[in-house]
Amino acid sequence: MSTRRHFMSQSAAAASALAFPLVGGAQPKAVKIGVLHPVTGALAYSGQQCREGAQMAIDDINKAGGIKSMGGAKIEALLGDAQSTPQAGTAEVEKMNEAGVSAVLGAYASAICLATTQAAAKYNLPHVVDVGVADQIVERGLKNTFRFGPGYKKCAEIAVANLHVLNTAAGKPARTVMIIHEESLFGTGTAQLLARELPGYGYEVKEVIKHANPTRDFNNIVLRMKAVNPDIVIPANYYNEYALLVRTMQQQKVTPKAIYSVLGGAASSYKFVKEFPDAANGIIDCNHWFNPKDKRSAELRKRVEAKGLFYTYEIFNTYTAMMMLADAINRAKSADRAAITDALEKSTFSDHFMPYGATKFVNGQNMGAQPLMTQVLKNDIKVIVPREYREIDPVFPLRS
Amino acid sequence: MLDFGILFPALLNGLTTGAVYALVALGLTLIYGVLHIINFAHGASLMLALYAVYLLKEKLGIDPYLALVAVVPGMFALGYLLQRVVINRASHGKDENILLVTLGLAIVMENLALLAFKSDTRTIETAYTLSTVAIGPATIALPKLISFAGALVVSALLMLLMARTDLGRAIRAVAREKQGARLMGIDVDHVYAMSFGIGLACLGAAACFLLPAYYVNPQVGSGFVLVAFTIVVLGGMGSFAGALVGGLLVGVVESLGGLYFGESLGQIGIFALFIAVLLFRPQGLFGARA
Repeated sequence: MSTRRHFMSQSAAAASALAFPLVGGAQPKAVKIGVLHPVTGALAYSGQQCREGAQMAIDDINKAGGIKSMGGAKIEALLGDAQSTPQAGTAEVEKMNEAGVSAVLGAYASAICLATTQAAAKYNLPHVVDVGVADQIVERGLKNTFRFGPGYKKCAEIAVANLHVLNTAAGKPARTVMIIHEESLFGTGTAQLLARELPGYGYEVKEVIKHANPTRDFNNIVLRMKAVNPDIVIPANYYNEYALLVRTMQQQKVTPKAIYSVLGGAASSYKFVKEFPDAANGIIDCNHWFNPKDKRSAELRKRVEAKGLFYTYEIFNTYTAMMMLADAINRAKSADRAAITDALEKSTFSDHFMPYGATKFVNGQNMGAQPLMTQVLKNDIKVIVPREYREIDPVFPLRS
Repeated sequence: MLDFGILFPALLNGLTTGAVYALVALGLTLIYGVLHIINFAHGASLMLALYAVYLLKEKLGIDPYLALVAVVPGMFALGYLLQRVVINRASHGKDENILLVTLGLAIVMENLALLAFKSDTRTIETAYTLSTVAIGPATIALPKLISFAGALVVSALLMLLMARTDLGRAIRAVAREKQGARLMGIDVDHVYAMSFGIGLACLGAAACFLLPAYYVNPQVGSGFVLVAFTIVVLGGMGSFAGALVGGLLVGVVESLGGLYFGESLGQIGIFALFIAVLLFRPQGLFGARA
């Protein structure tokens, strides 16, 4: 008996000794997130920047212990390439759905977001929009779509109102405006909003010019600008075209009283300021921007620059959008799509460095989201408006 | 009304763009007009040449203009082989088959480029990409001015080749009377392949002149090929002078159209001009009456 008892007790001890490390080492199942951006095609630079922002956020979340309410479950990114077209974006959502993702984050360009949010809605797949500014994205009653940043209507309204404040303070030197925009949903929509808003403040919109993506020759548009001679030029386009337009203006010696952009692709980009300091000097932009007074934004900037990258809005927008999604998953305590959607709807995420306050979603739009106004001065980008975030006094007009 | 200070630069800008259009059309007019081959792979071939220039610059640091010495013979060899090995064999000499074969080639080339380079739009930066030259009241980008001069030189060389060399005479003979030329001892298949090679060599030159101020992606050729077909018909099929003048004219019409009607409506002028020529001079500007 004693032998049998001895055997039993020893077996139990051995079993528990073997079992404990197994239990102790077991990892909770990772939460799969589709990270979808246009990393090839005309928008490849911006898409890659977005992807970098998302991956940095995921690394930070995982390093800090993963999703705590799910026993430290790690976030696993399923990377997708929208190839700069809505069709490819849609196909990627289908693939991600098949792969069993819990949510999708992306997809940078408005036209792509419009398609990917719709595709995700079919599967009740929560979709956090990182950048896409067209308001149609959140105005279609899709229950799965959440945008952390501001839409173009809000950006255009703020930009025009602030332009008027700057112009009035300077003795109203500017009266005429020319708008140059890219041809897709973002540029066309922004241009329409501006053309509608500006006359109400007494500005004459002399011309609205549309161009294709990509465009490599802005000479004719700039010649047209010379002919019209507007006081203010407002570009609304993506990085490459924005940079080329402003550089062509510089070549052709066209110097309006202000280059004042709304969601300008290069205007508030450190890349542009570094590569073309003269062309960028003085440009005012109303765009996604971080709270310059929050230390965390400067810390992230350092880390991004240590990787040899520029700290563009794509990076910090996607970074914070991913953080908000992780916060929702944590509160949902589940990888279940419906639970995450519910948690996103009720999100009061405030642990971030954007100038937004706590999240409050109405129809998927974060109501506190707002752009800041920046100006390129002394080879740096500084916030000029609103006053509570101001780093430097604005220079307006650039020439009398 | 726009003043001269605006109109003149737009005109120059149009001429410089038109010169590159002309180079693309020169190759097409040789293949399409003289040898009666409808080459739907023309745009895709231009795309390949642009990638060649891009790779030479990015991987080996070779300046796009220096790349002329490699890309032009390279494209000639590609054209020669394509005609000899693929188009001629697969088409069995039938025009409708040639059409399908070249269309198939275009699809294959574009998809290979997509596989190799993805759909990224790529550009190169050179020291002179943003350099400008002042001509009167106009400021013109230096690469465009070089491409203008280059296009004129290549056109002149091509015209000399056609007028003064045995090969030129053989090409013209084959174009006019294939059977007769064969009976006179001309190797028609060789002449066809040489012509196709020269056509693609023109694209090689066009690519070297284009890239310093332009971009490349797998779909880039399609933007040129429709314009090039228009120029070929506009100038008179098979006419080199027609392709050159037609190219310059199309460039100017597009530039002025863009200036007056907005950038997105600029190309309407090209097709209005095309329809007008078809109505009033169906043989083209420099074409002989049938």
